[in-house]
Amino acid sequence: MAERPEDLNLPNAVITRIIKEALPDGVNISKEARSAISRAASVFVLYATSCANNFAMKGKRKTLNAADVLSAMEEMEFQRFLAPLKESLEVYRREQKGKKEARKDKDKKADSEEQDKSREEDNDDDDERMEEEEQNDEEEVDN
Amino acid sequence: AEMAAARPGGGENRLVSLPLSRIRVIMKSSPEVSSINQDALFLTAKATELFVQYLAAYSYKHGRGKEKNALTYTDLSHTAEECETFQFLADILPKKILASKYLKMLEKEKRDGEVREDDDEGEEEEDEGEA
Repeated sequence: MAERPEDLNLPNAVITRIIKEALPDGVNISKEARSAISRAASVFVLYATSCANNFAMKGKRKTLNAADVLSAMEEMEFQRFLAPLKESLEVYRREQKGKKEARKDKDKKADSEEQDKSREEDNDDDDERMEEEEQNDEEEVDN
Repeated sequence: AEMAAARPGGGENRLVSLPLSRIRVIMKSSPEVSSINQDALFLTAKATELFVQYLAAYSYKHGRGKEKNALTYTDLSHTAEECETFQFLADILPKKILASKYLKMLEKEKRDGEVREDDDEGEEEEDEGEA
């Protein structure tokens, strides 16, 4: 898929909000500074991905998993992120689990014809769902 | 595609604000990456948020922008140059230089090059007028 240049950027409004949360009230952020931070964030994603990917390859895996990202943070000297990341991950996993169970219940209630239809939809969903199942196969102890 | 991972309540209570779909696009632009599991995607997004906050706060704290109650580009570029953790950003956050200074630099480089080439000739008399 060819990415348009703007797709590699993160949404300005969100970046601005995140910056503001980190600074004292009322501090001005120049447009230049905001744009620079946004670019830095994209570079961070690339760097982190590359680093995490090295860990995955070391483990002979093709799928990046949570442990790889955490190891990358340590490698990049962002140890300070580890505790809040692990905490957030726990919450996230619980939420995802809840959603998954809600989906399963929904499917059970449908009659067979609808089940076939939703199975089709499931296959068309982007591979995030497939990766979720992959993750269950190679469940590792992350903490 | 899934956007931000939200909790009931939304707003600033979200678990992560950056859209996972966009983070995913950036991650996948790396050719050597095959697939990314959901947790890894979430963690990367969350880490990016933490990174943005850290970069902003650090730069503000150590920079001169705060003399005018602002976070400036210069604050950020100082951080990239001075702080080892952020050095990977040095190329994309270059220091700014006055155009006149840059022109002087170019002139000097050119002169140095010429002096090296013309070793036999005496020192060149040049009119080094103020740029």
